[in-house]
Amino acid sequence: MARYILWRVLQAIPVLIGTTFLIYFMVFAMPGNPLLALFGDRTPNPALLERLEEQYHLNEPFLVQYWYYLSGIFQGDFGTSFTGEPTTEILARTFPVTIRLAVLALIIQGVLGILVGLVSGLRKGKFFDSSALAVSLLLISLPIFVIAFLAQYVFGIELGWARTTVGSGAPWADLILPAFVLASVSFAQIVRLTRASVIETKSLDFVRTAYGKGLGRNRVVPVHILRNSLIPVTTYLGTDFGVLLVGATVTEGIFNVPGVGRTLFQAILRGEGPTVVSFVTVMVLIYLVVNLVIDLLYAVLDPRIRYVK
Amino acid sequence: MSGTMTSATTPLLDIRDLHVGFQTKDGLVPAVRGVDLSIMPGETLAIVGESGSGKSTTAHAIIDLLPGSGRVTQGKILFEGRDLTTLDRREMEGVRGKLIGLVPQDPMSNLNPVWSVGFQVEEAIRANGVASGRKEVREHAIRVLKEAGLDDADTRLKQFPHQFSGGMRQRVLIGIGLSSRPKLLIADEPTSALDVTVQKRILDHLATLTGDAGTAVLFITHDLGLAADRAEKLVVMYKGRVVEAGPSRQILEDPQHPYTQRLVAAAPSLASRRIQASGGHLESITHETPARSAGVDLIAAGGERSHHAHAASAEPAIVVDHLTKEFKIRGGKGTSKVLRAVDDVSFSIPRGTTMALVGESGSGKTTVARMLLKLESITSGSITIDGTDIAGLNRRQLFSLRSKMQPVFQDPYGSLDPLRSIGATIAEPLVTHNVGTSAERRARVRELLDQVALPEKLIGRFPNELSGGQRQRVAIARALALKPEIVVLDEAVSALDVLVQAQILTLLAELQAELNLTYLFITHDLAVVRVIADTVAVMSKGRIVEAATTDEVFGNPRETYTRELLEAIPGAGLALGA
Repeated sequence: MARYILWRVLQAIPVLIGTTFLIYFMVFAMPGNPLLALFGDRTPNPALLERLEEQYHLNEPFLVQYWYYLSGIFQGDFGTSFTGEPTTEILARTFPVTIRLAVLALIIQGVLGILVGLVSGLRKGKFFDSSALAVSLLLISLPIFVIAFLAQYVFGIELGWARTTVGSGAPWADLILPAFVLASVSFAQIVRLTRASVIETKSLDFVRTAYGKGLGRNRVVPVHILRNSLIPVTTYLGTDFGVLLVGATVTEGIFNVPGVGRTLFQAILRGEGPTVVSFVTVMVLIYLVVNLVIDLLYAVLDPRIRYVK
Repeated sequence: MSGTMTSATTPLLDIRDLHVGFQTKDGLVPAVRGVDLSIMPGETLAIVGESGSGKSTTAHAIIDLLPGSGRVTQGKILFEGRDLTTLDRREMEGVRGKLIGLVPQDPMSNLNPVWSVGFQVEEAIRANGVASGRKEVREHAIRVLKEAGLDDADTRLKQFPHQFSGGMRQRVLIGIGLSSRPKLLIADEPTSALDVTVQKRILDHLATLTGDAGTAVLFITHDLGLAADRAEKLVVMYKGRVVEAGPSRQILEDPQHPYTQRLVAAAPSLASRRIQASGGHLESITHETPARSAGVDLIAAGGERSHHAHAASAEPAIVVDHLTKEFKIRGGKGTSKVLRAVDDVSFSIPRGTTMALVGESGSGKTTVARMLLKLESITSGSITIDGTDIAGLNRRQLFSLRSKMQPVFQDPYGSLDPLRSIGATIAEPLVTHNVGTSAERRARVRELLDQVALPEKLIGRFPNELSGGQRQRVAIARALALKPEIVVLDEAVSALDVLVQAQILTLLAELQAELNLTYLFITHDLAVVRVIADTVAVMSKGRIVEAATTDEVFGNPRETYTRELLEAIPGAGLALGA
């Protein structure tokens, strides 16, 4: 097991380097001089411009710029934004907010999706199942910003249950409504997946045997049907965590959440290479870690899987 | 049937006029149509029938575990005088496990793969209130498993089902079924997925356990020989009805219903046993049984085979010389072990004859077949087909070799593409090898369908519309499409019902005589070997332990292992026709 984890961590290194390289290259290839854009309509002092270019290594060829950046990372220096704030500080300020939002959304869609999927699967073809299907289809077909505005209007303004925008520091309570909106994207997916998995599992031989040996329904459903159905759902939830981080961009924009999405969006517009790359790198890192955790969890959920390497 | 019962006690289980139907789009489809049977306390009764006869449905109806939309539509199931069909869910949960135990069919799929074996035994014990408290339940679980023949139960309680062999898992399931000392045990084909020798050990053990505890057993099986071996009374079911019932010996010796007669005639275990009985016996039986049997007769087929064997030329079609296959198995901590799956195997098959390669699972017989088909590389040794060593072939030569040698696999459900029509499936090898125009191919497909005795109208049908036997005929037709000289049959009839099996075996024999085919017949079932093979090679642990003509192997087995295999054939111990 330890060997497997070590192997996976080693595997992550080329992935990380490759990602930073690609993103750095894309930012580099963007048209326009980012510094000029910073000055807006005014023509900057050429000497100042030159000094800034030197400071940010913008006058060097691409590979040299990339090298400066990469060697900086290994010294714990993720560069500074054009506003002079170190990228590490921006990361430390925004990532906890977005991760909080994504985790909240993950819990909401996990708990609700699995519950609805389980009941649908057990009552295949009945009223509950059909209604759940209709609701899921509706949620899939609505773009997330429509759901966000609707939620803002209904729960924030009409009912007054929640604040329409998230306050500074992004307290948990403020994040609940955006988290529900964010969760709605994959909710339907999880319902369908759980439902299909439950339908398959409940007709397996060992479920009949479980009843045959005298177990009641209250034991067979959670212990033998749900437990086994969770294996594919767990994998999905893992990959979905990445989707939630990305999906947060739109939601964060609408609910004014001071998270990664908004900051990254602005950094891309400004062409701030180091900031963009740092954000994406951390996202990739999170994605890799979550997937490793999911793979390890998979072995816990399904004892037939053993990692050797 | 009740007429033969003179006992004064009331039956433990009394099924009266039971009807079970499945709700489908087209209305209620009956699966069980008026079954009557009764089991006395401590008695063993076997229901025999082919798949679809309603035998498993009857068993599942008793404990209200009918799959899908199935339900009891009429009749009574009296257990100790109480009608089980009137119980609500909670009452039924009190009957299951506690009063009526279940040992299911397939040990591979009947244990939940994600829970340890101990957990699954313990939850049954707790649910039935046999013991309470962590320690007591655990102790009871160990005792139950030890009784079921799992000697190292205390150390293996924490292990998961996949770490157990099939036989061991079946012991676990038997342990669970008997864990709360039920009065009735329903054993639904409890050993059909296991090797014969394992089957014998487990059933012997089960008989001892239930005998000691006075448990009545309802034994469900498709194997008449097995049923007669294990039960005092037989109930033969066909298309949802009981066609014959009575004491086992009486039914075997003097079957009344035409279906039972066909079943007795076709049962390979019984047939082979009778062929083995020499001279006079054979004749007296052959005139007795086939005269009445409407279906195929394996005894006749067996007789044909022995004529055929003499006519075969000595020129070998396949020569296998010192064949060895090693697999590397990854062990813990980066080490690897070498498993010798096939160990120095040599044999040759003369053209136009059949060699059976017999062995239990894990004996290496399928690996030999895979190497022969060049689906697996050879570690050492050589395989020569028609005088050509197949090791040195390039892609093109291999391609033409494949047209001369075709496989038929075990699972008629898995080996046909569900999205391809029967016509397209059979024509596929012709298309791949670019044989003929499309009109010629169509003609060839029709000819092939005719050869395997399938109606032409099946051309446009799809595999899911066919029965298992029909599918296996399609697989055979596909194998014959390129007019091969050699057919490798890997457990080709193992998944089929006895009557269908007999038909396919007869078909194979006819095709061989007609087309001078050479068969390599791989099977774990010694009973069918007798009727199909000219020579037999018995494999165990990668080696051939005995190789001789079929008559020699059956009449005078030299190796203990071969003798064990022969004795384990169900029904072998029945002195029929004596």
